[in-house]
Parts: sequence; C-alpha cells; structure tokens
Amino acid sequence: MRSGLFTFLAIAVAALFFLGLRAVHNEYLFVAGYVVLQFVVLATAWNILGGYCGYVNFGSAAFFALGAYTTVFFHKAYPLPIPLLMALGAVVSGIAGLGMGYLTLRLRGAFFSIATLALAVVLQTLVVNWDYVGGSRGAYVIRPSSLDVFGLAVPYVQYLFVLMLGLVVLAIVTARTIERSRLGFGFATIRDDELAAEASGVPTLRLKLIATTISGALMGMAGAPLPYYIGYLQPSGAFGLEYAVNSIAMPMIGGTASWIGPLVGALLLGTIQEYARVTISSSVNLLIVGGLLVAFVIIAPNGLVGLVTQRLRARE
Amino acid sequence: MDFPLELFINAVIAGVLLGGFYIAVTVGISISFGMLDIVNIAHPAFIILGCYIAYIVNSTFGLDPILVGILMLPVFYALGAAVYQVYYLSFEKRGQEALRGLAFFFGILFITEVGLILVFGVDYRYVEAPYIGPTIHFAFIDLPYRMLIPCVLSLVMLAVLELFLSRTFIGRAIKAVSQDQGALALMAANPVRIKRIAFGISIATASLAGAFLIIIQPIEPSVGREYIGRVFAIAVLGGLGSLPGTVIGAMLLGIVESITATFYGPSWAPAVAFGFLLLTLAFRPSGLLGR
Repeated sequence: MRSGLFTFLAIAVAALFFLGLRAVHNEYLFVAGYVVLQFVVLATAWNILGGYCGYVNFGSAAFFALGAYTTVFFHKAYPLPIPLLMALGAVVSGIAGLGMGYLTLRLRGAFFSIATLALAVVLQTLVVNWDYVGGSRGAYVIRPSSLDVFGLAVPYVQYLFVLMLGLVVLAIVTARTIERSRLGFGFATIRDDELAAEASGVPTLRLKLIATTISGALMGMAGAPLPYYIGYLQPSGAFGLEYAVNSIAMPMIGGTASWIGPLVGALLLGTIQEYARVTISSSVNLLIVGGLLVAFVIIAPNGLVGLVTQRLRARE
Repeated sequence: MDFPLELFINAVIAGVLLGGFYIAVTVGISISFGMLDIVNIAHPAFIILGCYIAYIVNSTFGLDPILVGILMLPVFYALGAAVYQVYYLSFEKRGQEALRGLAFFFGILFITEVGLILVFGVDYRYVEAPYIGPTIHFAFIDLPYRMLIPCVLSLVMLAVLELFLSRTFIGRAIKAVSQDQGALALMAANPVRIKRIAFGISIATASLAGAFLIIIQPIEPSVGREYIGRVFAIAVLGGLGSLPGTVIGAMLLGIVESITATFYGPSWAPAVAFGFLLLTLAFRPSGLLGR
C-alpha cells in the first residue's frame, strides 16, 4: 500500500473512531481513551528505537516528562495553544534523545539502556529541585472546561482526545514509512549485526542518532498535553515507572517487528489496565503488565503478531 | 564564612562508610554484569527482597538482621541459580539476550517491587538491633555503628569473594568464562554450569547487602530504584568485572554523595550517582581500572 493511501486510511479510521465514541455520549470514554492513545504513541515511539534498531530504552518516562514539563514551563511564562506546545515538546525531547544517543551509542547496547535509566533519575532530580516548574510540590495547570470551535462548544477532554488521536496517526505513519524506507533497512542491519553493518559501510552511529531523536521527539509530543489532561503535574507522576514499563511491555507483547505490534499491544494492554484501574486497583494492573511482559518474552518472543503469522503460515 | 573543616571531614568519613556499604550492593553486579555479561538490572530488587526477609524474621523472631542475611545465603544462591537457568534456556541459548533478556530482568524488577508493595504497602519498615543506635565519638569525628558494621562486613565479604575467585578452581573458572567460553569448555569445565554458579553467588550477595541496607536506613519497596543507578555507576566507574575497581568506585561515589548531601541537601544526592554514570560512560567507558 502506498504511503499516501495509508495515511488517508489511517486518518479515516481515526475519524470514524472519534465519531463512534461521540455517538455513545459518555465523557468517560474520552478520559480513558486518551490514556490508551497516549500509550499507543509511547509504544510506537519506543519501537522505532527498540524494535527496529534493537536498543532498549528504559527512560521513556524521562522523554515523556520532558514534554510535559516543557508545557508547564511555557504555561507559566506565556500560554500557547497545545499543538504548538506539542511541537515544542518534540523539539526539547528530540534534542534530549540526540544528546543521550551521542553520549552512549558508541558503546555496547546494554550501556545505552542503563544510561537511559540514569537520565530519568537525573532529570527527575533536576525537576524536583527546580521551583519555577513547581518543584516537588507539583504544578497546577487550570484548563478551560470547553473550547469554542466555529461557535460550537466542544468539551476540552474531547479536544485533547482529538489531538492525541492525531498524534497516534502521525506516529504510526512515521513508523510505517521508516519501516519501508532505506532508513528502516539500515535500522534492521543494526539490530541483526551491528559489526557486520558497520563493516559494510552502514553509517550506524548516524542511523542510531536519527532513531533516538525521532523516538524521543514522539515521546515528548505524547507528554506535552499531559498537564492539561490531569490539571496537576508532580514529578513522581510525570516520571512514573508505569510509562517506562508500559512502553516496553506493549511492543514486546504485541510484537516488535512492525508498526502493528505496538498498536495491538498498546490497545490491548492499555484497555485492560484502564479496566483494571476502575475495577481492581492501580498496583495490581502494574503487576499484570510486569507478569505479561516476562511471560511473553519467554514464551512468545515475537509477540501476538508473531503468534498469528506463525499460525497463518502453519495453515498454508 | 569560614570553610567548615570539621563538617567536611565528617562528610568524607561518612562517605567512606557509605562507600563501604556500596561495595556489598555492587559486588553482585560486578560479577553478573562485569564477568558474565548478564545485564541484571533486577539486582537491586533482590536486595530489597533481602531487606524484607531480614525485616520479617527480625520482627517475628527477634533474630539479628545480619545473621538472617547469612542464613539466607543458600536460599538466594538457589534463587539466583534458578533465575539463570530460565534466562539461559529462554534467551542465551536462542541468542536473544540483548533485547528480550533486558526486558525480562526489567519485568522481574517490576514484579518484585509491585509484589512487595501489594504485600507490605509503601510504609517504611525497619529492624531492631542493639548496634543501630549508638555512635563512637572520637574528637569531633562521629562513627555510627549502624554504618561502621555494614562497611567492615562488606569489606570482609569482598575479600572472601576475591580469595574465592583467585584461589579455587571454580573461582578461576568464573574468571575464565568471562574471557573465553570456548577455551573453558576445552578445559573440561561446563560454561553453563560455571555461569549458573557465578550468577547464584551474585544473587547471594544481595541477601547480605539487603540486611546491611535495612540496618542503615528504613526501607520501602521503591527504594531499590535509586540503587539501580548507583550499582551500575560504581561497577562501570571501577572497570567492569574488577573487584578492586569496585572498591574504588564505591568509595568515590560514597564520598561525593555524602559531601553533596551535607553541603547542598539530600534531594540532590540521587542525581550525583547518575551524573557520575553518564560522565563515565561518555568519557571513560572502560572505567578507572579498565583495560
């Protein structure tokens, strides 16, 4: 399928999804749906580096929180429309990704992973000690209750939902485009055998830096609307381990080989968690994620998508 | 304002004691990450598990936490050997340790932490022992027993491990497996068995480290996360797989952290370890004593 057609279809599916939810007349669906969509973006972004290049990023929460705190910063200085804030979040987190990659990507893969963990803690400490963005007390971001679109009052949650839906389309189209381009083949050579790739003239460092930058920027964009969504942002919330673990678990469970895996994994796990959060408790739902992650990497290394394709191939 | 010399000296001494304890925390990583190439980021979770076992036994039977740590060594060894067996069969054998092995340990870290939260809640827990309160005063220098004892015992533990690694057959085989598995197999030692033993030992150290940790400070399940950065910072700083390097790295980090906490406030201390780690990775990835 050509990219233009794919983009058009993705937008159409997203629009249908939104109209379908609106038809139900239940605001909660948008509140919960926003979180699930946010995880789709995080999982897809993680997979660009983790699934395509084979570099495990444990610091998704750091890039995500950077986006969120960029918003807090500008909210205090000069309130800007959210789409612009998302672009700014992308720039800040993208630069962080580039810097991070530059510091560590010349080393063995495991060092990169450990350094991403380190980055999350360093950034959290900086934010905790930085009073302007609220420090450890957190920051309030009061959002209007509705938005005026051509004389129609649209509830603000729906506005945020649509923005996140747009971002999902952007992330998935980006991931799919990369997959089918020279860039994607370059990434695959790094994942399969970096030394051989380097020896055959693949500019591995440059490719890895591109991957960390794109991945970081998408995560930052996902975080940018967060302060408006929750209204009160504190460091331990923005840097929560649940973002890090989910953005790893979702692609791993869905399948890391293509853009479908993170999408499936995030929709499935995200929905289960939103369901468990209201019916059981939020600690238990994290235990579910951890357990599924371990079970899947041991039993089904290629994820749900891998299981399905295996089944289809066996039938032929 | 005068430079507060007494405060500074006390901060350095507190840092040395803290560094001594960091040796116990890091030595397991030095073995698993440094020698076996297994990126066990779940190590701090095992340490916290050790803390909670010391806490349970101490609060129900009144047993000394360090004694509990020693009694639990075989249990942790068995746990480590079992984890390695799963890791070997699922990842090393299939050659997938890079991506999925890391995710596996991340999952274990997470399950342990959330499991402990579900059982014990997020309240801080502590142990009772006669040596936790008192302090030796020597001129203006303070030496609290609760720091001194873990520090000394950590050094003893390190010395025992170093002797074991350099003098016994299995110890030398562990050092060899980190250099050349194929050659080791030719010497009629099974690399998988040797690695299982080594990984068991690395997890066993977590039992003692956990007992020390809960003596030093009250514990709640997510404390382990702060130690992820510390242990890897120390292991990398000292040069991977080098036990003497571990001592230097641990002492350095302990001193710098203690000085930071004394002069700039404890909320900055976590960033120090990670800052150190990032700088080391960027400028001297083979560590201070690295080859």
